[in-house]
Amino acid sequence: MIVYHLIVGGVGSKGYAYFPLFVPLLFPVSIVGFRNLVTCAIMFGSNAPGRVRVNPEAITIKGIRQGLLVTLAEEDRIGGNWHTDLLALEERLGANPAFFRGGRVALDVGTRELSRSDLEQTRSLLDRHQVELWAVVGTSPTTEAAAQELGLVIDLGPARPAAPEAVPEEAAGEGEEQLAADGLVVRRTLRSGQSLRHPGHVVVVGDVNPGAEVVAGGDIVVWGRVRGVVHAGALGDEKAVICALDLAPTQLRIASRIARSPEDKRRKPVPEMASVQDGHIVAEPWQGR
Amino acid sequence: MAARVITITSGKGGVGKTTIAANLSVALAMSGHRVVVIDADVGLRNLDMMLGLENRIVYDLVDVIEGRSRLRQALVHDKRLPELFLLPAAQTRDKSAVQPADMVRVCDELREQHDYIMIDSPAGIEQGFRYAIAPADEILIITNPEVAAVRDADRVVGLIEAEEKGPARLIINRINPDMVRRGEMLGIADVIELLAIDLIGTVPEEPDILVSANRGRPLAFSPDGCLAGQAFHNIARRLQGEDVPFLTLREQGMLGRLFSFVRAGGESS
Repeated sequence: MIVYHLIVGGVGSKGYAYFPLFVPLLFPVSIVGFRNLVTCAIMFGSNAPGRVRVNPEAITIKGIRQGLLVTLAEEDRIGGNWHTDLLALEERLGANPAFFRGGRVALDVGTRELSRSDLEQTRSLLDRHQVELWAVVGTSPTTEAAAQELGLVIDLGPARPAAPEAVPEEAAGEGEEQLAADGLVVRRTLRSGQSLRHPGHVVVVGDVNPGAEVVAGGDIVVWGRVRGVVHAGALGDEKAVICALDLAPTQLRIASRIARSPEDKRRKPVPEMASVQDGHIVAEPWQGR
Repeated sequence: MAARVITITSGKGGVGKTTIAANLSVALAMSGHRVVVIDADVGLRNLDMMLGLENRIVYDLVDVIEGRSRLRQALVHDKRLPELFLLPAAQTRDKSAVQPADMVRVCDELREQHDYIMIDSPAGIEQGFRYAIAPADEILIITNPEVAAVRDADRVVGLIEAEEKGPARLIINRINPDMVRRGEMLGIADVIELLAIDLIGTVPEEPDILVSANRGRPLAFSPDGCLAGQAFHNIARRLQGEDVPFLTLREQGMLGRLFSFVRAGGESS
């Protein structure tokens, strides 16, 4: 059970006094759980190969310039069944709902030969997790044709995505869409409506304006002001930290914990680092060591 | 000389895009340039009224795009100035009637004969915004000193950066000097700090702007003795590359300066 800790903090003159409010958000969590169950049941039903072994590790996730690239490993195919793959995908999405929610995904299916209804199922699965499927890449002409019929992009190449605002521009310069999974440096200001998602660490050289969001699997370092929503450790890492020259976000999230900034405006911004301590998000002024 | 295409946009509605498009067009035309101002707000056209040209429209932008009229036929000449033309929007259609490529084509055709093409973008970030910025060489973002308008402007700046249309320049409209002084309104510095783009002008809030718009005679026609009218002409001069000092001090108002002077004097004694 995920319990969100909503922390209303006040800044004392000698440090930080926090008044935690425990708000268990049972509802959305149980909904996700329920959906998982339902979907699994349907899949097993139509599948009926008895026991299906699912290996979510066979799904790799990378940050690309247009969002996330989800790659399904070839060797994970058990009996060549797309339903098995979907099951693995579902499990992966369900494990870290916060990381994927609101994101855009390109799916690399490799050599799999998929029909239009396979892809429709995939898209509705992603829809349920509030993830937009915008591209399907693969080597099979059948799959490509089916994807095109559904209006999906089949080439991640230099073509501009439909919503180019959600793009870390620096990645464009790489030519290749793949970035190292561990770190992403974005050298610009993230503006309202822009969203940056990356499974690894994220460094923003610039501001994160109100209305913008950064969701990272690892740490987030902002060399600038943070006014929007930042979510570190979104894949469940409670040890993730958020550092900024001026940390005044709309919301601060680490793993499954959520905190707001203190109401009172600090007159002079100081560099701060936020981390989870004893189950609470705590922000402390950065001290050179 | 090929024209410069300048799109005026904001994200949020009601911040003064059309007013500024009308006034800047008048100011540029008054300094001798050949100006076409295009109303890109198909379905909700207002620019013609603000320029007092509503009753002279025969053809519109969509007629041109769909081939019912030649471009020259659709241009409405503002007779108060030798070189000011309006290309009106269609009122009976909607934004889906225009594609970004259509606007590029129309502007390319106008470029030869004119110096400036101003495009008054509709509010929002959908189709209308997309086709309004498609042909732009330069973009002016209008905002008001209020959090919602600035937030939307920030969104638009982000979209423009993604389209590689920037860098956009900023006009802060409707500055109320009294409210800024009382700390009830975002200051110019606050807005610039957040948006981090170049400021090309500020326009104070003045009732005359509204009155002149209702009369169909933009304030820029008679700028003497009014700050907003001067502000429009200053922005027009900056667009032409002139280095015009900002009216920032005067935005406090003459009375305000006097008061702060008196206060400062009082404190020192």
